[in-house]
Amino acid sequence: MTQINKLKEVIEVALLTSSQPLSIEDLTKLFVEKTDRSTIRMLLDEIRNDWQEKSMSLIQVATGYRFQADSNFTEFLMRLIPDRAPNYSRAVMEVLAIIAYRQPVTRADIEKVRGVSLNSNTLRQLIEREWVDIIGQKEVPGRPSLFATTKHFLNDFSLKSLSELPELNSSLTKELSDSQTDQSIEESQEN
Amino acid sequence: MTPSIKNLAKIYGEDIELLPQDLYIPPDALEIYLDSFEGPLDLLIYLIRRNNIDVLDIPMANLTLQYIEYVEKMKVVKLELAADYLLMSAMLIEIKSRMLLPKPSIEDNEEDPRAELVKKLIEYELMKDAAENLNQIPQVGKDIMVAQSYFERVTEIKYPDVSIDELFEAWKNVLKRAKQFEHHQIGKSELSVREHMTIILRKLGNKDLIEFSSFFNHETEPLPKLVVYFLAILELTKEGMIKINQQSSSSPIYLQLGEA
Repeated sequence: MTQINKLKEVIEVALLTSSQPLSIEDLTKLFVEKTDRSTIRMLLDEIRNDWQEKSMSLIQVATGYRFQADSNFTEFLMRLIPDRAPNYSRAVMEVLAIIAYRQPVTRADIEKVRGVSLNSNTLRQLIEREWVDIIGQKEVPGRPSLFATTKHFLNDFSLKSLSELPELNSSLTKELSDSQTDQSIEESQEN
Repeated sequence: MTPSIKNLAKIYGEDIELLPQDLYIPPDALEIYLDSFEGPLDLLIYLIRRNNIDVLDIPMANLTLQYIEYVEKMKVVKLELAADYLLMSAMLIEIKSRMLLPKPSIEDNEEDPRAELVKKLIEYELMKDAAENLNQIPQVGKDIMVAQSYFERVTEIKYPDVSIDELFEAWKNVLKRAKQFEHHQIGKSELSVREHMTIILRKLGNKDLIEFSSFFNHETEPLPKLVVYFLAILELTKEGMIKINQQSSSSPIYLQLGEA
């Protein structure tokens, strides 16, 4: 029993001192003896429960588990941080959304959706923040780079996977698919 | 979008009171003045796409002229914005020219030029909406503070474990090597067997029986002396000056003076 408690403490302290989220894989490396993933998962559950009523909580993101301050403390903590993460411009957030929802996309794809040329600074900001990276080249003339979101992006937005992105506006998606079907119906009728 | 909404734009001579919430008009937008519309070009495009204004009512020559004036002005400030407007004007001209062309009635594969634009617009609105939702999600560094306790990574020098045996082994090797460089010196023995024969005889002269082992106190006497005692005893025995007796095996051995 004390043995188990010791394991729990080791996991807890590892999570508290790590700058990156730790995966179950990482956590097994803490112990010399072989430790089951299920045991670690169980201990993580216990830790989560232990911290329930406290100022921090254990959460799971794309690349593992991390401790973070409860949101009602953010307001206070922010006062200590002079250079907080920037509030990105509308353009940056739009480009991020297009990459997140339509990935992998080329620069031209992004420009097509937004109807305006893409300022290279916009993409650079996203790449520097490690939210977006180039995952390859599209096999078309010019071999343009294909952009996609990173695990880091998921972590920073507390998402476990892309499937957890907020759903797209359903009335707009409907309108979009309607406008496509309308056309095809019209066309078939006219022919 | 907060500043005086009333004066922002006019359609068909009437003020537009309600501005679309999802349209972003930059502060230095291109303002155009036409018979049917007065206001930022962004808004005009928006309204045409939304079918609020008939594109046929927009005189393209006027628009282009005003656009060119605008570009001249913007060249100094923000050419990028001007480029966006070039695209918009081009799009408007494209829409209008397509609308003006007579449609061949038999082979009407051509879509309404606005349909494609509407589709694009919806896709853009979809993404704009998604961007806003994405921005609502708490972000690390802005809304989320990640725990990061300090942990002193001591770069400790790991010393190898050494057992006493290994140390002893090493010492022995040192000695062994040292011995090879040592000079072997032979010194004169200061102990004489004869002298010790005398000592033994003297002791036996006082007592007639002395235990053999009493001469060999290895705790007090150095080893060479013990050896010399033993040799002396053997010598005395050989010369018949003492006798060595033992009653039975493993019983004490005694020395006594010989008869001679």
